[in-house]
Amino acid sequence: MANTVLDTPATEGSLVGKAIKEALFTGVMTLGLFLLYIGFRTDQDISNTPIVYGRPGLLAIFVAIAAVGRFLMVVFVQPLLKARKEAKAAAVVQDREATFFKKHILKFALVALIFYPPVIVSLYGFQGSLKFVDNFGIQILIYVMLAWGLNIVVGLAGLLDLGYVAFYAVGAYSYALLSSYYGLSFWVLLPISGILAAFWGMILGFPVLRLRGDYLAIVTLAFGEIIRLVLINWTDVTKGTFGVSSIPKATLFGIPFDASPNGFAKMFGLPMSSAYYKIFLFYLILVLCLITAYVTIRLRRMPVGRAWEALREDEIACRSLGINTVTTKLTAFSIGAMFGGFAGSFFAARQGFVSPESFVFMESAVILAIVVLGGMGSLTGIAVAAIVMTGGTELLREMEFLKHFFGPDFTPELYRMLLFGLAMVVVMILKPRGFVGSREPSAFLREKKAVSGSFTKEGHG
Amino acid sequence: MIMKVSDSMTSPEDILSVEHLSMRFGGLMAINDLSFTARRGEITALIGPNGAGKTTVFNCITGFYKPTMGMIRMTRQNGEEHLLERLPDFIITRDAKVARTFQNIRLFSGLTVLENLLVAQHNKLMRASGYTLLGLLGSPIYKREAKKAIEKAAHWLERADLLDRADDPAGDLSYGAQRRLEIARAMCTDPELLCLDEPAAGLNPKESLALNTLLRSIRDEGTSLLLIEHDMSVVMEISDHVVVLEYGQKISDGTPEHVKNDPKVIAAYLGVDDDEVDEAISEVESLDGGQGA
Repeated sequence: MANTVLDTPATEGSLVGKAIKEALFTGVMTLGLFLLYIGFRTDQDISNTPIVYGRPGLLAIFVAIAAVGRFLMVVFVQPLLKARKEAKAAAVVQDREATFFKKHILKFALVALIFYPPVIVSLYGFQGSLKFVDNFGIQILIYVMLAWGLNIVVGLAGLLDLGYVAFYAVGAYSYALLSSYYGLSFWVLLPISGILAAFWGMILGFPVLRLRGDYLAIVTLAFGEIIRLVLINWTDVTKGTFGVSSIPKATLFGIPFDASPNGFAKMFGLPMSSAYYKIFLFYLILVLCLITAYVTIRLRRMPVGRAWEALREDEIACRSLGINTVTTKLTAFSIGAMFGGFAGSFFAARQGFVSPESFVFMESAVILAIVVLGGMGSLTGIAVAAIVMTGGTELLREMEFLKHFFGPDFTPELYRMLLFGLAMVVVMILKPRGFVGSREPSAFLREKKAVSGSFTKEGHG
Repeated sequence: MIMKVSDSMTSPEDILSVEHLSMRFGGLMAINDLSFTARRGEITALIGPNGAGKTTVFNCITGFYKPTMGMIRMTRQNGEEHLLERLPDFIITRDAKVARTFQNIRLFSGLTVLENLLVAQHNKLMRASGYTLLGLLGSPIYKREAKKAIEKAAHWLERADLLDRADDPAGDLSYGAQRRLEIARAMCTDPELLCLDEPAAGLNPKESLALNTLLRSIRDEGTSLLLIEHDMSVVMEISDHVVVLEYGQKISDGTPEHVKNDPKVIAAYLGVDDDEVDEAISEVESLDGGQGA
């Protein structure tokens, strides 16, 4: 102990010394690297002879940034990370006795979600609540549901699916087309959309069963694009890029949300507002999300759910235990697709308009990113990731004040993808297994212990 | 492929009969016209130098390879016959009741030890859960079967001396414990024939001894065993019947004592030339003759 006490000032001093040394070294490295790229600029004059300008100022700035950055890294950031790591190692023992809050966090979250619309309405009024309920509430919950659906395929069964948005599209167009051609109601078409999406999930599943890993990812990517291109080019049915518009709204036990005498507002003697429909949709998607979560949690404890996870861990071992991996993969694809289909038909009912524009590859990538960021297989982690990713992008739209700093032409939404990517890199460095890296066992003999993420595998397709 | 045993050539105590099995990989003849039988209630060992084709035979029996030629007949206790060379791998475990372990351990490392054993009871639980549908609705039949499955898993955990690790991830176990877990997992599929690919590889002498006891007790409870092993102390100690392979062909077949003294086997393991083998054979014969006189 005495030694460490004596050592502390010495290490402090040597730390700064070490930092200065490393900073100097970094500066020299940077100078060497950028001398020719940044230090000189070549140009040509009117008679095509080259002119070389020196740019010592710019070069100096680069070198200074690198050197100072390295200095700060060594003196402040690295000790901080080290201390955090040590604190974490020490905290493991206490972690078992989860606090009351931690234990019941999901219940709190659910109560907060149920009371979210009334609280917002009482704060901002019906008209003011639209933005919060629709942009933040419904938008995020749609992504939560999609990510939970994809989680079955990617997180549990370990099959990398880059074309998940195709099932979302199948669900949305099923509702849009069947309701406009045959006049069927939302409540009839919701299950039908799910079944159709599940059917397409199987159609996709069959040819890709033999593929694994990268090959599977490419084929699913292609499948997503095929569905989108069919939607664009089958103009007789889908109206192509114009999309299907004026899709009927969902009704509450047959009560429509419109201005008619039978409408929701008149019936309850309320003033007309479009907010009722949005609030209704909020609760609807909340219920759909809860169903998705419930089914996923139940399925994990069923033999089929365990087989999915076993498939992710080792497919050959699964076959050696008598598990039919073909049907196991197909059920994962089709159940995942089914939830995508539900979300799709909800999306169509909410927008009242669908076009192939909504189902580009970017959507698949975002949903997959949410699953990976949240921690594969963890419902809580994925919900948090969905809030961060979709809520974050919605927040950027609200950042009007940034215009004061960057000028009136600055549109923060354009930087959305940049920030999105940056956030992902940061999270993956700090939490390589996602927000919730551990998995909860589906059965236990004596004591339920979370399985650390370092043991689970990501699957090979 | 299920046939009732009636006019088959094999005797009822043969659980597995391999007939004229050949497996060709391109130009390489990994197994060449191999025939042997494994008897019910016995431990049959398949031994041979590296590259003799032992694991290939295993992969053919368990359906991971489709043999180029030959027939593999599995006779179950109830008289059903299955021609394994025609069945897909998972049906061999599910219907023909042949379970296997792997040379390089293949556990579900991210699942707990208990879950590993529950996955092995997949088909039974799947039926009990009404192919998931009844289970989702909370059917009491499924609940009862799930409880039974956990009890069975606990039984095998106890046998494999892993009961106190039941809720730990399988990847966290030591090497020897992982080997035992793999055997316990295979046993949870209720096999009639258990195929073990080098179960003693990497075990210390104490663990090896415990393994012998476990394998013997499995045999005494009615499951026949077929094992590949390099560790001669294990082979000679526990097997009732030994088949020796070299270059994909059978060079010896019989009791451990017989095989141990077979000059061909000695030659294969020590690596001597063919004429030396002949010399050794004549030597052994002359010795036998000398003793007789």
